[in-house]
Amino acid sequence: MEVNQLQRTFLEYTAALFREGFLDSQFTQLYQLQDESNPKFVVEVVSLFFDDSERLINDLTRALDEPIVDFKKIDAHVHQLKGSSSSIGAHRVKNSCLPFRDFCEAQNTDGCLRCLQQVKQEYLLIKNKLEDLFQLEKQIVAAGGSTNLVEWML
Amino acid sequence: MMSKNNLALGQKFSVLIVDDDKIIRRIHKMLLTKFEFESHAVENGKEAVDLYISGKNFDLILMDMEMAVMDGPKATRELRSMGINNVIVGVTSRGSTSEKQAFTEAGLDYCVEKPLSSETITSLLKELAKKY
Repeated sequence: MEVNQLQRTFLEYTAALFREGFLDSQFTQLYQLQDESNPKFVVEVVSLFFDDSERLINDLTRALDEPIVDFKKIDAHVHQLKGSSSSIGAHRVKNSCLPFRDFCEAQNTDGCLRCLQQVKQEYLLIKNKLEDLFQLEKQIVAAGGSTNLVEWML
Repeated sequence: MMSKNNLALGQKFSVLIVDDDKIIRRIHKMLLTKFEFESHAVENGKEAVDLYISGKNFDLILMDMEMAVMDGPKATRELRSMGINNVIVGVTSRGSTSEKQAFTEAGLDYCVEKPLSSETITSLLKELAKKY
């Protein structure tokens, strides 16, 4: 596919992610920090987010499976997940952590389990979408296109 | 666009990032580099205090609130009791006003929300320029 077409597809895909609330302005801020000396900054940070989130989701699943649920520990994990999702602009993941924390405070196991499902769902959605986005970016670079995409997103 | 105000003033400010979240450490380090700050990052308040005990000094400390081993309020109190009067900025994602108030009362100069933005860094730069 020709470079301009790829770049247009990238822009439209990104715009849709913002419109549908998957991403917020913090994601744009990450691209503003990326430059020629750190061309893979966004991919690196998002990879850290993927690793962190998977670890936290596994920890939450285990913690909610315990015979005696430690809500303080669960709240700490959710707080971390909220922080890291907020750092990369993963808006819907961040928002799915908010009711989760309320259920932790209320020590409501069923509520927490429902929230965990929601968090998992939102995480898998954004993971797939960002992987598709980065794949598109790779194609643009391979086709000789610009990697400085920020100005388009602003 | 990133500002190079600190270079125009003829000095490079040094920053200590204290945060247990490696994503935040990475982002803040990158952001500070763009503003030509020199930065160093540690994972908790105890590491920050130990750095100062070893004789290191920084113009600005970005202190996370919740960390294992030693949290932000405790580390801030320790640093102030050691006579450290560098600018300490609390960085938190906690929403509660009372928690932020308690953190500020531990000895912060300011408290801001994370992640930091270019606008926040620009404001902090102005405050640092006034102080130093």
